Amino acid sequence: MHKYILKRLLMLIPVLIGVTFIIFTLSYITPGCPATMTLGETAPAEAIEALRQEWGLDDPFIIRFVRYVADAARLNLGETYATRRPVMEEILTRFPATLQLAVMGLFISVLLGIPLGVISATKQYSLFDNLATIFGLIFVSIPNFWLGMMLVVFFSVNLGWLPPSGFETPAQWILPAFTLGTGQMAVVMRMSRSSMLEVIRQDYIRTARAKGQKESVVVWNHALRNALIPVVTAVGLTFGFLLGGAVLTETIFSINGIGRFMVQSINSRDNPVINGGVLFLALSFSVVNLGVDILYAYLDPRIKSQYK
Amino acid sequence: MTESNNMLEIKGLTIHYVTDDGVVRAVNDLNIAIGRGESIGLVGETGAGKTTTALGILKLVPNPPGKIIDGEIFLDGEDIIKKSEPEMRKIRGNKVSMIFQDPMTSLNPVMTVRDQIAEVILLHEKMPAAKALEKAEEMLMKVGIMPDRAKDYPHQFSGGMRQRVVIAIALACSPELLIADEPTTALDVTIQAQVLELMKNLKEEFNTSMIMITHDLGIVAEICDKVAVMYAGSVVEYADKLELFKNPKHPYTIGLFNSIPDIGNDVESLKPIKGLMPDPMNLPTGCPFHPRCDKAKPECSEKIPAGYDIGNNHIVKCILFNQ
Ligand SMILES: Nc1ncnc2c1ncn2[C@@H]1O[C@H](COP(=O)(O)OP(=O)(O)O)[C@@H](O)[C@H]1O
Ligand SMILES: [Mg+2]
Repeated sequence: MHKYILKRLLMLIPVLIGVTFIIFTLSYITPGCPATMTLGETAPAEAIEALRQEWGLDDPFIIRFVRYVADAARLNLGETYATRRPVMEEILTRFPATLQLAVMGLFISVLLGIPLGVISATKQYSLFDNLATIFGLIFVSIPNFWLGMMLVVFFSVNLGWLPPSGFETPAQWILPAFTLGTGQMAVVMRMSRSSMLEVIRQDYIRTARAKGQKESVVVWNHALRNALIPVVTAVGLTFGFLLGGAVLTETIFSINGIGRFMVQSINSRDNPVINGGVLFLALSFSVVNLGVDILYAYLDPRIKSQYK
Repeated sequence: MTESNNMLEIKGLTIHYVTDDGVVRAVNDLNIAIGRGESIGLVGETGAGKTTTALGILKLVPNPPGKIIDGEIFLDGEDIIKKSEPEMRKIRGNKVSMIFQDPMTSLNPVMTVRDQIAEVILLHEKMPAAKALEKAEEMLMKVGIMPDRAKDYPHQFSGGMRQRVVIAIALACSPELLIADEPTTALDVTIQAQVLELMKNLKEEFNTSMIMITHDLGIVAEICDKVAVMYAGSVVEYADKLELFKNPKHPYTIGLFNSIPDIGNDVESLKPIKGLMPDPMNLPTGCPFHPRCDKAKPECSEKIPAGYDIGNNHIVKCILFNQ
């Protein structure tokens, strides 16, 4: 198992280089000159040329790429075009908010989605199950930004219960976390429900009942431990959606995270920020999925013996 | 109560599955009695309602779609049909336990075999968890599995070994009645013999009454004291094993014996019963066997025959024996 984890951590290196290559290529082929955008259209041609030299914009693609990767390996992600401050520093001040938002969304989707899915399955076709199905479909179909705005209108503007923006106090966490988490909660709920329906029909569930075990233990222990196996895999992917969704949610609630920072940087063609931000998102997605795989092995002994 | 002499007495048990396509009449007016320490073979083709009957005794018929429509099940003289779910939980795995047909699927894949045995012990016996784990290992030894495998998971065992674990679970709380639902059907022939031998020995050691569900008359010959032949959801013939093997009466039982291949006979002398077992969703009127029966009379299609005692506690559910 330790060997497996080490192997997976080493595999992060080519993954991150690959991600960097893709995002680097994208910003390379996007038209527009960052130096011109930074200094403005009216700046003298010599000044623009000097800045292009300084940022190495005229060097061949491959040289720029290798230089970037070598710097990144030493935790140097360059300077932002806009403020000339180290990208690493700018991201590190904003990343905790993004991570916190995504993790809170994950908690909402998992801690609500799984129990709701289990109850739906054990009471298949009941009123509860039908309502959960309908609300689940609604939550999956509602776009994040619209849900966010509606929540703000209702809870902040009309009722005045919760602040409409910011992310410093717990009261400010609630609306963004729900905006982000509900869609994935519905996905997790549907998946838990179908996995549970499958498991509850298995022979070993009948064996547990034939032992004289209580129905609650049969469902929440015997069945759920088996039903969670496919759900956990999906939760790893869910985290990817949440990181992506965080970009929008941060914009709606004016949260100073890397999502919003990246959106601003895309508008001003601040490539070092975009590259660095994507790298951070890819890294956190990979780490969470490694965690999920370890949890997966813990849940399923059949997988554990394959991890060598 | 007269029933209290018997370990188990089932009277008029009727179980239906109500599905979208129609009502499956899986068990119909089934009567059976099992004495203390006795083992009875419940024999019948696939779909005869054997498993449903067994689940009925534990009140574990899946509902929906299954429902016990009618009947009484006296366990030790008490009618369990009237018992509440908490009362049933005290019986399951304790007084009555069951071995299921397919050992490959009847163990929980994410629990160690030791934990699965200890679970049933902790449910029914007051003891600390550590003690239950110890007892679970003793049970594993009893079924021939070394304690160093105790912390292994089901996928690390072969089918025969898994069935031994299932047997250990079933016997862990020394049940008074053991229901074995085709315990060896899913196993290789050589393993079958070992598992049967093990069950026979343990049954004697624990002095358990047993219902051995099977479609294999060889297993019945080896293990059982009595035989009940089941057809379309009811027992059509019931007798001591020797009496039934020497003197089968019901046309279905006779047909069953005639269709068994035997080293002495060649295949040409086999006389399989013509036709197929009726669909329990669409049972014929009268005796359910009459469309396939050589000796059928006109009245066979009109009335379901009663069980006639022809002496020696030999009961035949066929109009021919109404004297
Ligand atoms: N869950 C179920 N839903 C509907 N029909 C069922 C169900 N379980 C069993 N049956 C039907 O009930 C009849 C008896 O089945 P079963 O008790 O399993 O027979 P056996 O064990 O003798 O093969 C069969 O026709 C079978 O198809
Ligand atoms: Mg069966």
